[in-house]
Amino acid sequence: MPAHVTPPAPMPKDVYYFGTCLVDLFFPDAGLAGMELLKHQGIRVVFPQGQSCCGQPAFNSGHKSEAREVARAQLNAFPEDWPIVVPSGSCAGMMRVHYPDLFKGDRDEDKAVAFASRVFELSWFLVHVLGLDTKLVDKGEKVTVTWHGSCHSMREMGVVDEPKRLIRALSNVTLVENPREKECCGFGGTFAVRQPEVSAAMVADKIDAIEQTGATRVVSGDCGCLMNIGGALDKAGKPTKPQHLAEFLLERCHGR
Amino acid sequence: MSSARANILARLRAAPKVPAPERPDWQAQGFNDRLDRFRMMLEAVHGEVHVVTDETWRAHLRKVLAEKNIGRVLAAPHLGVDWDDQVAYDSPVEDFKDQLVSGIDACVTTTRGAIAETGSLVLVPDSDEPRLSSLLPPIHVALLKAEDIADNMAQIMEAQGWAASMPTNLLLISGPSKTADIEQTLAYGVHGPKELIVLVLQ
Amino acid sequence: MGADFSTRAHDALNNPQLRANFRRAMDGLMTKRAAQFEDQDNWNALRARGAAIKARALARLPDLLEEFEQKASANGIIVHWAETTEDANRMVLEILNSHGAKKVIKGKSMVSEEMHLNAHLEAHGIRAVESDLGEYIIQLAGEAPSHIVMPCIHKNKGEIAQLFTDNIDNQPYTEDVDALTAAARQVLRREFASADAGLSGANFLVAETGSLVLIENEGNGRLSTTLPPLHIAVAGIEKLVEKLDDVAPLLALLPRSATGQAITTYVNMISSPRKPGEKDGPRQVHLVLLDNGRSRVYADEQLRDTLRCIRCGACMNHCPVYSRVGGHTYGSVYPGPIGKILTPQLAGLDCAGDLPHASTLCNACVEVCPVQIPIADILVRLRTEAAEPSASTAVKGAGSGHSAVESAVWKGWQAMYANPAAYKIGTKALSVLGNLIPAAAPLLKQWTSVRTKPKFAGKTLHQLAREKGYDNE
Repeated sequence: MPAHVTPPAPMPKDVYYFGTCLVDLFFPDAGLAGMELLKHQGIRVVFPQGQSCCGQPAFNSGHKSEAREVARAQLNAFPEDWPIVVPSGSCAGMMRVHYPDLFKGDRDEDKAVAFASRVFELSWFLVHVLGLDTKLVDKGEKVTVTWHGSCHSMREMGVVDEPKRLIRALSNVTLVENPREKECCGFGGTFAVRQPEVSAAMVADKIDAIEQTGATRVVSGDCGCLMNIGGALDKAGKPTKPQHLAEFLLERCHGR
Repeated sequence: MSSARANILARLRAAPKVPAPERPDWQAQGFNDRLDRFRMMLEAVHGEVHVVTDETWRAHLRKVLAEKNIGRVLAAPHLGVDWDDQVAYDSPVEDFKDQLVSGIDACVTTTRGAIAETGSLVLVPDSDEPRLSSLLPPIHVALLKAEDIADNMAQIMEAQGWAASMPTNLLLISGPSKTADIEQTLAYGVHGPKELIVLVLQ
Repeated sequence: MGADFSTRAHDALNNPQLRANFRRAMDGLMTKRAAQFEDQDNWNALRARGAAIKARALARLPDLLEEFEQKASANGIIVHWAETTEDANRMVLEILNSHGAKKVIKGKSMVSEEMHLNAHLEAHGIRAVESDLGEYIIQLAGEAPSHIVMPCIHKNKGEIAQLFTDNIDNQPYTEDVDALTAAARQVLRREFASADAGLSGANFLVAETGSLVLIENEGNGRLSTTLPPLHIAVAGIEKLVEKLDDVAPLLALLPRSATGQAITTYVNMISSPRKPGEKDGPRQVHLVLLDNGRSRVYADEQLRDTLRCIRCGACMNHCPVYSRVGGHTYGSVYPGPIGKILTPQLAGLDCAGDLPHASTLCNACVEVCPVQIPIADILVRLRTEAAEPSASTAVKGAGSGHSAVESAVWKGWQAMYANPAAYKIGTKALSVLGNLIPAAAPLLKQWTSVRTKPKFAGKTLHQLAREKGYDNE
């Protein structure tokens, strides 16, 4: 299932950035941080203004034709043969793993297959293409953080250790792993409102486990999880702050 | 009923045909010291392994039975088990059931071999050692020749040609009867033997 | 017990004892399984083999069923075919009646649960006694299994101790597990000795040899299939494997995935009734092959993968939803992720349409499934069949989840998100005005029960990218 096999060769000069709809409205600073990290490595980052959403909300709700039309708009918004870097394992998984099936038998099937093969999750791209884990210079204060791995990032995109490699590369950061790191936080898109009580129980356990690490920050690569975990931490009055990995790295290394 | 058969098969045959995939390669484990692996695996599931020889096993068995205060032993006469209070399973279960269910303390059976990987005995019950012998008495003593321990199930199945002539019943036994149905706590002897003792003849 | 998943989940979530029982049990099972598959390369090769064996058997299913029937019949096993659970119940009853059987001792069988066989037999004057310890316990409690491998996993030993004291003559209250187990052994041994028939399921049916393969730890399965004079097995038609040597890799997967055991205590291969000269074993062996919707599932190439399941329960052990709400919340015989895809297909989306939505699609089940069933993809497929049915006739109750309001919402969503100009206007409006939406608004109300309201950022990433001078093409 891990979707990534080999980094694009040769090293790309230009990359596309797909910000995701959730980041666009709620976490634009996290999105921008990812773009800045790429730019700092000398890459030209192109952000097509015609992009919107990967289509996953409708796809997972069983509304495939609506999902397909929204996905088609993305196929058209990223015409050049450049890598498409995504600061979300879940949206990346939708595009990388599910687009080929979503467009099976469709006039744009070939386009969708080619598009899917160009999709990369941000932390994976930072580590395997840019080698950022060997280049990071930590300028921040001492801090203890914990990592939350998103389900789709781990299980659809095969991104498990990359984000932690980046965090461990920061000299003043102590990473305390949560023994239930791989357990779903209970977001699940519409699940959170279709099964609110089960979702609430899951996120309650998640924030308990995070609190037990003693971390002052919980870092993740998916804003869906961060919205869920962060909202629950906030409502419960817990001091731990949620932060996207890109924003965290940028803040530590380039001060922001 | 035959219409049910015809209907089910017709529905299955009407379904889209997909090519049958080939079986990708997978190798079960092999072991330098099969007895060692067998012993480790069986002991891990509460079985006992005693290494003996053709000459010593009867005396050793006698000692084990005495230590465990065994009364009546079930064994096929041709085994020559050295124990006074001994019965044979020499009539159909219908006539032997009462004794078998509650009147026997231990049984001794042979084995067809064993599997090192999982610590499993292979038993093929026959008219000398019927199916219930290894199941109803609280203690099961099994005789195993060391050279009959195979690496894994695939190997022994192939070597002994199981597929060509499956007996009425073929058993793999890996330890005493157990359950973890109450709070994941292991308890032995829930229905079958509480103890499994393997005498390996070397 | 509530009528749908949400209300049953509400009850379960508010039962701290139940939640503690499941959490402890699932944590233990996950740890034990992980220890069995530390070598990732071997695990990947093994599960690929397991998946291929089951896929191969399914691809050849009608032929293998016929081959199995021919071999088993030649061995003296009487094979019956049942299209529905009603038919299967009737067949079992007829066989029992023809032998004058009044008491059946049962080994653990999920298919017999699917048939609700015990109730059917009781209604016709035949007593069915469960002999698997877990099944015996829940039979005493008058409950259904809450897990396919560990049926009484929802109970703690205090509850079980009380059940035993209330139901077993002269049984003092004790929470000692060995003492409880010994008490059950004594009661059930008498039941075995006096049973007129034994009933079991089957884990695998081997076409090549006409054999039934049953695995278990307790020995009650062996007793049920050996001591009474009559043995009746019930099994789904998907249990077929092609060759006897297909059993080895599947056995290397099933117990390790289920309970983290290298192998079960007993692997019981039955190929015929008692032969002349043999001293024990049933004089007749019957096998009832049950369809009950499986051939309909089979008609769809994607959904067919559901039938690979070898009932190890790893998907439920690793499911963050199951581990919090327990098996009874699913309201069906098969709980957890496999139940979420199997039940709506067997019973129909019109009967169990809420199940495919009771998942975050976290893929934890997919990661551990020993036969690589794409559970998450099938969940999404079933959601789609409910909302906007395809041409496939494989899903009963397709379209039953269609809602005009919901469809209109998604059409509206598409109108905004598939059109860059509309998206630009829409997101600009939301980023400015979105925070005015009250927390009590539909959907937000559920969200904000345990979380604060998400905050619109004021400027979108689209705006920030333009302001920072990022190229558009």
